[in-house]
Amino acid sequence: MNKTSTEQYNYTIVRSFAFSALFWLVIGLIVGLWIAFEMFNPALNLTPWLSFGRLRVVHTNALGLGFGLSAIFATSYYILQRLTRIPILFPRLAQAHLYLFNTVIALGALSLFAGMNTTKEYAELEWPLDIGVVIFWVMFAINVFGTLIKRKEKQMYISLWYIISMTVAIAILYIVNNLEIPVTLFKSYTVYAGANDANVEWWYGHNVVGFIFTVPILAMFYYFLPKSTGLPIYSHRLSIVSFWALNFAYLWTGAHHLMLTPLPEWIQTVAMAFSIFLIAPSWGSVVNGYYTLQGNWDQMRTNYLTKFFIAGITFYGLQTLQGPLQGLRTLNAFFHFTDWVVGHVHMGTMGWVTMVISASFYYMIPRINNTELYSVKLANTHFWLILVGQFIWTITMWIAGIQQGAMWKATNPDGSLMYNFLDTVTSLYPYYRLRFAAGVIYFIGILFFAWNLIMTVRKQPSQAEL
Amino acid sequence: MGITSKPVVFAVLAAVVILIGTTVTVFIPLFMPSTQPVSSYIKPYTAVEQEGRDIYMREGCNNCHTQTVRPLRTEVLRYGEYSKPEEFAYDRPFLWGSRRTGPDLNRVGGKYPDSWHYKHLDSPQSMFEKSNMPPYGWLAKNRLDTSYSFKKTSTLGYGYSESDVRQQIDQYRLTVTDKSYPSKESRDKITPPELGKQLTEMDALIAYLQKLGRDVKKMEATK
Repeated sequence: MNKTSTEQYNYTIVRSFAFSALFWLVIGLIVGLWIAFEMFNPALNLTPWLSFGRLRVVHTNALGLGFGLSAIFATSYYILQRLTRIPILFPRLAQAHLYLFNTVIALGALSLFAGMNTTKEYAELEWPLDIGVVIFWVMFAINVFGTLIKRKEKQMYISLWYIISMTVAIAILYIVNNLEIPVTLFKSYTVYAGANDANVEWWYGHNVVGFIFTVPILAMFYYFLPKSTGLPIYSHRLSIVSFWALNFAYLWTGAHHLMLTPLPEWIQTVAMAFSIFLIAPSWGSVVNGYYTLQGNWDQMRTNYLTKFFIAGITFYGLQTLQGPLQGLRTLNAFFHFTDWVVGHVHMGTMGWVTMVISASFYYMIPRINNTELYSVKLANTHFWLILVGQFIWTITMWIAGIQQGAMWKATNPDGSLMYNFLDTVTSLYPYYRLRFAAGVIYFIGILFFAWNLIMTVRKQPSQAEL
Repeated sequence: MGITSKPVVFAVLAAVVILIGTTVTVFIPLFMPSTQPVSSYIKPYTAVEQEGRDIYMREGCNNCHTQTVRPLRTEVLRYGEYSKPEEFAYDRPFLWGSRRTGPDLNRVGGKYPDSWHYKHLDSPQSMFEKSNMPPYGWLAKNRLDTSYSFKKTSTLGYGYSESDVRQQIDQYRLTVTDKSYPSKESRDKITPPELGKQLTEMDALIAYLQKLGRDVKKMEATK
């Protein structure tokens, strides 16, 4: 294989994972809308399979694992080939990876509907499916490292560093947190008890978000932003420092999810300190993104992809400020367990993650099909709908969180509680209605996104490019 | 930097960097008894309570209910004594939760009679018109499957023999099906007649809820 022309790259696998991502995105959002409605109208809990407690897990898994991972696999296989200048080393293995991945996610969704659920957040799949996850991750890792070792480009660009650290970190996190003893085929118990289990779980819970919703999204950002804008990344040195500092600091911070719980105080305090430290490497990437556009800010108007990336990195910047602050013990005492945190998570996923994945797909899919995007106008509509939808969604939840936090703490002059618990719940229903409406706006934007890409691949390849 | 042209060295270095914080904050605490202390006052769940806990997990109750009372004045006022590390020694997994859509349940044991729970689980809206909790009346229509109860409790290391487990199940069945069971009326109302003399999933779930926070009271009383 001496030739490195475009035709030799394996784009079928990229396209297949990209459309798997779109499929799980739509499914996950439909479930999300359903449970958003249940929050103010419990009559929608029609059957055990449709009850909130089961569906919430289907929602998080379909989007986190289904949508998130397949988008990561699609872009990683693309970036990997472009930056090494060789095709994927084991194309058949990649094909098997695709089939196994979608089978595990589909069975995962069905098993969660059926209540087979370990209850460890973002690690709810039962043990046979955990084994499936580990196998497809190893398949992916073999292709990543095989292709990297055989590469034709001497230096590995930043995006490849992020793909490497994700591959390593997710393997460690997933295996350690999912160590469990099977009782039946559908039931197991974790090996950790009580406070230890909580500590392991939130080390995992925080970092699985870090290494699925931050690290690989940064890989996309560092690759597709310069590609889309034609501008080189502002500072290579800043990206080196940010990369190592982020990978070092992230793993210390999980216990900020366990503030004021029975977990030993020193673990909580260490987590708090490292959370504040984490602002620096996070903003390293934010600054790098903004400065890349230096002198070319007109691209926000002229290049439809640029605004996805810049809006995305802005939400990443806000996210990485909000996160460490709500991790502070005093603020956490107020915000934890409220909808504030739900708003926080969704700014990251609906803002940063989806914005960057959307733009990466818009860049990638027309190119691998030798064609132009079906409609830039539709892409712009998609941008504004998900931006507005996300804003209304998250701001509504922050207000709801502040309100409920304040009501929980409110006392009468004699020191007794001012509100019973139910009052604090029912006072949130107007916000829940608004949140549902915002979700619908966002969902319509995502439907435009999916439609646009489907129409793009259905177009004939343009003759000029052939 | 030289390592950007050596993918395997790069990966090993990344793994080392990732494992430093992991080792200090997660791996080492696993081997420190102070992370999860034990107390002789805190007893493992009975086989029936454990079955109830598994139903709590299956239905994802932890998605809306927390099980950890923080040492904050208004929280202690609302729920009771704040949570102590000893209480969770047998919790595999922990069920502290992350969002309090419904109230915390770590101190719910003994707070209400069983009859309250039968009525409330069957139809939360019949007691609190505006509650958004899903109804769980169908749990009373499912016979409790105890075929794995012994395997479960031995996997969890509770130290019960097979006959202990059988006895715990029989004893609880006799309790809730007895004519003098104080919550008989509300149980009969939602339990189909053919299951009247057997244990249902609802019975087990309520047994579990009634266990929450009970042992720690004895521990606190002796301090």
